Amino acid sequence: MPSLAVDVDNLTHRYGERTALDEVDLSVHEGALFGVLGPNGGGKTTLFRILSTLIRPTKGTATVFGVDVRDRPDAIRKRIGIVFQSVALDAELTVRENLRTHAALYGVSRRGLDERLDVLLPQFGLVDRVDERVSMLSGGLKRRVDLVRGLLHAPPLLLLDEPTTGLDPAARHSFWETVDRVRRNEGMTILLATHSMEEAERCDRLVILDRGAIVANGTPEELRQGVGDETLWIECSDPRAMADSMTSRLNVDTVVIGSRVQVSDPNAHNVLPALYEAFGRDIHAATIRRPTLEDVFMLHAGRSLEDADTTPETPDR
Amino acid sequence: MMYTVTALWRRELIKFLRDKSRVGGAVLQPLVVWLLLGFGFRDTFQLPSSTGTDIPYLEFLFPGMLALVALFTSIFSTISIVEERKSGFLQAALAAPVSRSVLVLGATLGGTTLAVGQSGLFLILLPFLGPPPTVAGLALMLFVLALIGLAFTALGVTVAWKIRTTRGFHAVMNLFLIPLWVLSGAFFPPTGAPPLLQWIVRLNPFSYGVDALRTAMYWPGPAPEVATSLAVSLPVTIVFTGLMFALAVRSVATPIAPE
Repeated sequence: MPSLAVDVDNLTHRYGERTALDEVDLSVHEGALFGVLGPNGGGKTTLFRILSTLIRPTKGTATVFGVDVRDRPDAIRKRIGIVFQSVALDAELTVRENLRTHAALYGVSRRGLDERLDVLLPQFGLVDRVDERVSMLSGGLKRRVDLVRGLLHAPPLLLLDEPTTGLDPAARHSFWETVDRVRRNEGMTILLATHSMEEAERCDRLVILDRGAIVANGTPEELRQGVGDETLWIECSDPRAMADSMTSRLNVDTVVIGSRVQVSDPNAHNVLPALYEAFGRDIHAATIRRPTLEDVFMLHAGRSLEDADTTPETPDR
Repeated sequence: MMYTVTALWRRELIKFLRDKSRVGGAVLQPLVVWLLLGFGFRDTFQLPSSTGTDIPYLEFLFPGMLALVALFTSIFSTISIVEERKSGFLQAALAAPVSRSVLVLGATLGGTTLAVGQSGLFLILLPFLGPPPTVAGLALMLFVLALIGLAFTALGVTVAWKIRTTRGFHAVMNLFLIPLWVLSGAFFPPTGAPPLLQWIVRLNPFSYGVDALRTAMYWPGPAPEVATSLAVSLPVTIVFTGLMFALAVRSVATPIAPE
């Protein structure tokens, strides 16, 4: 059995009355890219704060490389690198000055830093930007510098907390290219908190964390399979009423997912004409397609990820 | 550990020096206050006690002005803690494998250096005021300024840790700082004040720093209008600084106030 980078068991955390994490279980194998998908306020940040030993859990256990977060926080801190939602860099300092300060926080010597930068900067395309002030860099470049910052002490586990917040699609793409490249070279485990379906698709495994509880757990493929294979999706204004009458009049299995009715019938194609005949006026659109992670989220959370994001957590954008 | 402290200290200095408005503001504001008050009260001011010496108000106000520079520079060097509450450097520093006291030490030594540097700049005015300064006197003044700087950077850290907005930080600090300064014997000699005010001045820990500065300014000669001798004012200032530092380390050990 491959060893575990992260093992979380029955983890519960409360802020006063509010339960931020509710009996969460998850395990991350070494070398994996593991995703935690969920809306803002779903518990992702709390989970990360516990794993990085910033707060102590109310109940349950969490271990990082076999070390309990309550026992030896410093042993864990040395082995993880963290990239936060907002970059942890001083704008008026140069890239090198920033990295120097952070290296010192992790006990990386001047010499060690120079050697590490020789390895990292070319991979990040930052060699000729290293003496520029951070305030002069684009958002995408800042993120890359911030990623270098998280990797200075060569941590075997990297925590990425919504690392592409505020980036445009091109910068997002190039950020992930960089992550993939570094991952191939360094082989570290990555735990990614995200609410982007596109990023969740990149993961080897993922959990869906909603309202502090894990509602689904598996590979992206498994999770989609859980919703069904290629099926028929009906969009309409009153999906629940539509689903009921479909079941009673046409004898097909239906599931309501968000604003859509999923018709789980192997012969979806054959049902379609009958459906149109019966409900033509109420159907806005009908599609036959494979489920997406968005559908998975809606099935388990009962609402779309977008609707769940009612309280954005990042006021600093 | 020293390596980390040095790196944090360096960071504070670079940040300060790159912020031109901060550099200018920290020098000009106290200078203007000093000159306006000094010339404004020049003819009306009179020392209450009959020490035999009569010194101009500009000269009387000088140690207080130095203390004021140290006070403001140190306190406001900690404002970035409020700004970086949920973003930036602070969250990464708190997640790093260093003890909180190292973080506090790095930040406060940075603030202290700025305080000593800024107020030390004003010492070039010293030869134009009062008796010629001695090396021992100058060294003593710098030492006291460092103590004041350290104490109030530490206090700034404690307050910044508990306050959510920079606006709140300014409000709390102005509420604190102005009375602290005015009622320290820096602005008027307490001996001529009503007994209640005299008591307040005596209870104000900052008074002892100002007293020590005033004593050092005339060292080794007698200083006008000091309430306590160096044997009292210096130890009190040292103990106060230690307390403020311990308080800062203690507050930083608790989680930062949430957004």
